[in-house]
Amino acid sequence: MSLLQQRIDAARAEERAALIAYLPVGYPDVDASIAAMVAAVEGGADGGGADVVEIGVPYSDPGMDGPVIQQAVDVAVRAGVGMRDVLRAVEAVAAAGAVPVVMSYWNPVERYGVERFAADLAAAGGAGAITPDLIPDEAGAWLAASEAAGLDRVFLVAPSSTDARLRSTVRACRGFVYAASTMGVTGTRATVGGAAERLVARTREAIADVGTALPVCVGLGVSDGNQAAQVAGFADGVIVGSAYVRTLLDGEGPDGVRRLSADLARGVRQRAAVRPSHA
Amino acid sequence: MTTSPVRPPQPRAVPAAPAWPDATGHFGVFGGRFVPEALIAALDELTEAYEAMRVDPVFLDEFAVLQRDYIGRPSVITEVPRFAEHCGGARVLLKREDLNHTGSHKINNVLGQALLTKRIGKTRVIAETGAGQHGVATATAAALMGLSCTVYMGEEDTRRQALNVARMRLLGAEVIPVTTGSRTLKDAINEAFRDWVTNVETTNYVFGTVAGPHPFPAMVRDFQRVIGDEAREQVLDREGRLPDAVLACVGGGSNAIGIFTAFVPDEGVRLVGLEAAGDGVETGRHAATITGGSPGVLHGARSYLLQDENGQTIESHSISAGLDYPGVGPEHSHLHDIGRAEYRPVTDAEAMEAFALLCRTEGIIPAIESAHALAGAMRLGRELGPDTLLLVNLSGRGDKDVETASRWFGLGDRTEVDPGPGLDTDQQPTEGAVAGDEAVAGRDAGEEA
Repeated sequence: MSLLQQRIDAARAEERAALIAYLPVGYPDVDASIAAMVAAVEGGADGGGADVVEIGVPYSDPGMDGPVIQQAVDVAVRAGVGMRDVLRAVEAVAAAGAVPVVMSYWNPVERYGVERFAADLAAAGGAGAITPDLIPDEAGAWLAASEAAGLDRVFLVAPSSTDARLRSTVRACRGFVYAASTMGVTGTRATVGGAAERLVARTREAIADVGTALPVCVGLGVSDGNQAAQVAGFADGVIVGSAYVRTLLDGEGPDGVRRLSADLARGVRQRAAVRPSHA
Repeated sequence: MTTSPVRPPQPRAVPAAPAWPDATGHFGVFGGRFVPEALIAALDELTEAYEAMRVDPVFLDEFAVLQRDYIGRPSVITEVPRFAEHCGGARVLLKREDLNHTGSHKINNVLGQALLTKRIGKTRVIAETGAGQHGVATATAAALMGLSCTVYMGEEDTRRQALNVARMRLLGAEVIPVTTGSRTLKDAINEAFRDWVTNVETTNYVFGTVAGPHPFPAMVRDFQRVIGDEAREQVLDREGRLPDAVLACVGGGSNAIGIFTAFVPDEGVRLVGLEAAGDGVETGRHAATITGGSPGVLHGARSYLLQDENGQTIESHSISAGLDYPGVGPEHSHLHDIGRAEYRPVTDAEAMEAFALLCRTEGIIPAIESAHALAGAMRLGRELGPDTLLLVNLSGRGDKDVETASRWFGLGDRTEVDPGPGLDTDQQPTEGAVAGDEAVAGRDAGEEA
């Protein structure tokens, strides 16, 4: 059974959405980034923190990321942060009690070696990988390697995806399906619009069509507890990235990350109380 | 714009397209689509529209009229005997893409993509640019066709290439300085992709070279192959035989693919791509992607690229703006791997020697990009010996490079333009950028090579 799906299903059993926190390895440095990931898992004293940490592999050309994540990742790239550091973060997140999943653009994985990456990630306790610029059509080597290593593989769907592509992408996913809420890049937004809810509904139809039971998690644009609650009203998991990175860029350190996690964790538990806006 | 009463030129018989890419955009193991899912629908739409357009007689007529009446095609072939004296007795023919409107081959592709943009009902185009050359071409086509145009350009480059920024603005384009990453061409490409994924409903991305995700490498090739289609016929008419070798500079590789494509089936014709070796491949300061790089994924396709042990893109270096790119089109990687084309490095010094030589022997100032191909011809001619026939793609003119050349040769005091890195994936020179051709002729550079 998929580590990611188990954890997200456990959240569902508590009648809440799962909280997935993205942080890149190496900002402001490797140790501090790992401390921030652990802080995201710890969250507030009263409530929960992140269920899953999406551990970002620094990449020189992050075409799907907005300015906040670009700025942090640029520092890590210049410092020469590599897959060895990423695997250390995976071990730390697992030890902190959350499920670690790696988020990587494809070239760093290919350069490290696809099979070697899968084997080392599994050995470090990682659940699998999210690959924002790898579509299943090009993923032959990764499908085979992740299968052999028992790893989850999370592909993205977007509002522009056709129904046929939703079905083929869902068929290739293991762990969960990453629904990109809007057409655009990562970054906080004032509202996470109705496009996300429609996409989740369409993705669930595709999941039913292909006869699996994958959770659908929503990323892009969520920055606080209220938005998290909105998204938790229609998705199985809420992915937050830029808002976490913003706290580090603002120098708030692990305490800031902890506060944000606590706020977001409250949000994903209020799903019954807040209906999604249809802005 | 074209109007219906204009009679299109009669189509010529052209050799068949190569057997690649496959239906999903692969050239052997290279190419494909490594992009966010959000862009797949737009790439599919573009592919479908392009496939329909390329066999649509109405489009083909409209495009042929534009090629003749706006670009000035066909471009001529010029034999350069005084230059050839330095090429080991080989005869050298130049395909004169430098005589096109806007001064290079870039316009061939941009007009095709702008027509396609109108056909799919989009009203805005975006482009990446380094020195501003592809940006100027795109702004030109946008002005011609009434499209709104935004060009992304590294912040450093907007300062160094202020003249081209002004040109684009004169043509009605918006120029956005890119302040992320290394602030070079590759970051301008990233930013253009980010714009595209956000505004894809109204916007088409006019990509400048034969790189990027499918269908760009195949589509840009098809718009550029007119160079080789014309040249093959012109050489046959003139000489009654094919050339022994066809040479072109390679950054992203669109002018090279443009002249190679018609000759790919002619197995006796050597295809030679000249990459920018900067200070020398062994110094690490170069842009010779196939010579000094390794296969990987960048900007939406698998191809050779310059990368470090972590898979991070390495910044390239070349005196030539248009060749200063850490990637290369996937079809070149394929032609290299199957042995159909060979790729050789040419240093800044070798290219500038050839640049000066063409100026002084033939009265033609080439783009520094094209000077790499000329340097390749000097070397290959000496290897092949007398009576061999070399066809060189003179992809652009060198007006834009006068300031850089003045600095290189230590001429004059006008050194306000810094010939730094981070320019187009290929070049399209600035017309009338700097007056002062006399500066280049002021010193005896490279004649005795």
